[in-house]
Amino acid sequence: MLVQILFYAFSAMLIASAFGVITARNPVHSALCLVLSFFTSAALWLLIEAEFLAIVLVLVYVGAVMVLFLFVVMMLDINVEEVRKGFTRYAWLGWLTVLAIVFEILGVVAVRRLGIDATQAPRPLASDYSNTGALGEVLYTRYVYPFELAAVLLLVAIVAAIVLTMRHRKGLKVQDIGKQVATRAQDRVRVLKIPAEKRE
Amino acid sequence: MTDTTFSLAQILPAMPEIYLTAAVCVLLVFDVFFGMKKPSRTASFTLVLLLGGALVTLLTADFGHARMLFDGMYVADNLATLLKLAAFLFVAVALYYSSDYLVRRHIQKGEYYVLALTALLGILVLTSAGNLITIYVGIELLALSLYALVAFDRENGLAAEAAMKYFVLGAIASGTLLYGMSIVYGLTGSLSLATLSTALAGEPSLGLILGLTFIVVAVAFKFGAVPFHMWVPDVYEGAPTSVTMLVATAPKLASFALAFRLLAEGLGQSVATWSQMLAIIAVVSIVLGNVVAIAQTNLRRMLAYSAISNVGFILLGFVSGNADGYQAALYFTLVYVLVVLGAFGVILLGSRDGYEADQLDQYKGLAVRDPSLALIMAVLMFSTAGVPPFVGFWAKLRIIQALLGTNHVYLAGIAVLMSVIGAFYYLRVVWLMYFEAPGKLPLGQKRLSLRFIVGVNALAALALGLLPDALLDLCRSVMPLG
Repeated sequence: MLVQILFYAFSAMLIASAFGVITARNPVHSALCLVLSFFTSAALWLLIEAEFLAIVLVLVYVGAVMVLFLFVVMMLDINVEEVRKGFTRYAWLGWLTVLAIVFEILGVVAVRRLGIDATQAPRPLASDYSNTGALGEVLYTRYVYPFELAAVLLLVAIVAAIVLTMRHRKGLKVQDIGKQVATRAQDRVRVLKIPAEKRE
Repeated sequence: MTDTTFSLAQILPAMPEIYLTAAVCVLLVFDVFFGMKKPSRTASFTLVLLLGGALVTLLTADFGHARMLFDGMYVADNLATLLKLAAFLFVAVALYYSSDYLVRRHIQKGEYYVLALTALLGILVLTSAGNLITIYVGIELLALSLYALVAFDRENGLAAEAAMKYFVLGAIASGTLLYGMSIVYGLTGSLSLATLSTALAGEPSLGLILGLTFIVVAVAFKFGAVPFHMWVPDVYEGAPTSVTMLVATAPKLASFALAFRLLAEGLGQSVATWSQMLAIIAVVSIVLGNVVAIAQTNLRRMLAYSAISNVGFILLGFVSGNADGYQAALYFTLVYVLVVLGAFGVILLGSRDGYEADQLDQYKGLAVRDPSLALIMAVLMFSTAGVPPFVGFWAKLRIIQALLGTNHVYLAGIAVLMSVIGAFYYLRVVWLMYFEAPGKLPLGQKRLSLRFIVGVNALAALALGLLPDALLDLCRSVMPLG
């Protein structure tokens, strides 16, 4: 009973914060809403005893990704009003589509049973059961193929990010460390002989 | 506990993917050491790697025996082998066609080839996907590589715009796919396509229909079918032509594999449900693609709308919902990719420094200015139009036969009618080349070796049309269903 109450409470919070992400006018606020939605999904994971995933979500997404994201949002200083100009021109079409989809989904969900009784709720596990260990065991065995492919996906992201953003500008003053190290005293210091002036 | 040991014999059928992953890493290092000064070296090396990949696929294939690897994540069967060989070949030819163009546009860099190979890896993964996770990772691998390739020419604002549209819409489609998959997973408790194919027997529940709808939307997006086609014309026109060629050819094989593995194999029990959805999408695609293509003055944009209508034909093959239809769809996909590859080869050959041969007006009187190029283009256009004896005719015929075999008479009628309308704009290109006075436009590239390969490509469209049985039998023999 308590679990169910918690589930619905967190779910409601998740949906509300997700709405907040897309409706907030201030990008900082939407980023913060996203943080909240990550937190609540982590809580939902805790409810089904997936504590490893919950902690990873908080550590990686909230701790690292979203903080970086907030930095970027705060530094960019985007004039939101300028970007939004003319944005609502097609809003009626968007609303119409959204309404149609919502009604259709409601029609499916509300009217009849979905047939999800085939899936059983996860059984509670023993208190000494290690989620992390279980994940580690299957990640490199059963799921090794998609796991390795996900690694290639990260490689693609790196290559694409570099190729799309790295540029060699001309006339840039860059240090050439090899040249600096290889330099000799003769190249830098000129010893001039200046004859001493005679005192009259 | 799961078996934790992998012997070489166990993973041998996955050798094409393993080889290609290694090849990507080798190519990255090769480019740093040998390709920075002369990018053409990287280009040649990539071609060698691709041909090696085709060889590896042939040598490690276990003909006639379907096998599941990695706990059912990976399917190795004849269909996968055929699609992989075709993908290696088509990507190799596409990269060969584009090397000259890349030099002229100053975008010949090692990363271009790396991203092309990772896109190919995504295609390979999709062709032998046995699990929803594998399908998703394959799609993302292909899509991310393509987004980056479309934006590859950073100085070009149009390309950046196309890439942005492609990326945003593609991300939404991925989300849709994941949502549909999560619903199906919730219904069955399994991600394995083999399990899904048996677990979903009987009358489809409403939850399944909901999940299926989202999956079909994502599949239609990946194909570029109406009403999820908005990205197609912009990407075809905005991206560098060489990238357009890559987007327009081999990924169509991946889309076919996606639809086949996911819908025909995994969700085969619900064929009655998704084939209705696909029928509507296919008909709208064929009608809109063919009608709007008439109004285009840009050849690349015209080919984009032609792609939309041809994708409709491929989906019609799936609408039949039996082995005949899937064979026809496979045949159509292979043939279509072959012909489009040649058409883009001609566009690349016709372009020069700072001049893209993508306006229809530029083809006026090409028969006088450059007879061989005009002849090649004419063969390819006749083939896509579906004029016998070219191969495009047989491809369309097979689709229509499959439709008639399952009593989809109306769909077959619309397909025939729209093919006739579509023939107009293909043949208009031939008309411009042969019956209009030549303007004062620059000639195409001399490049004899390139011309030879494009010529062979066009000749293949004719030869396969004269002897259609070989490829047809091949498509029939590799089909795992039926």
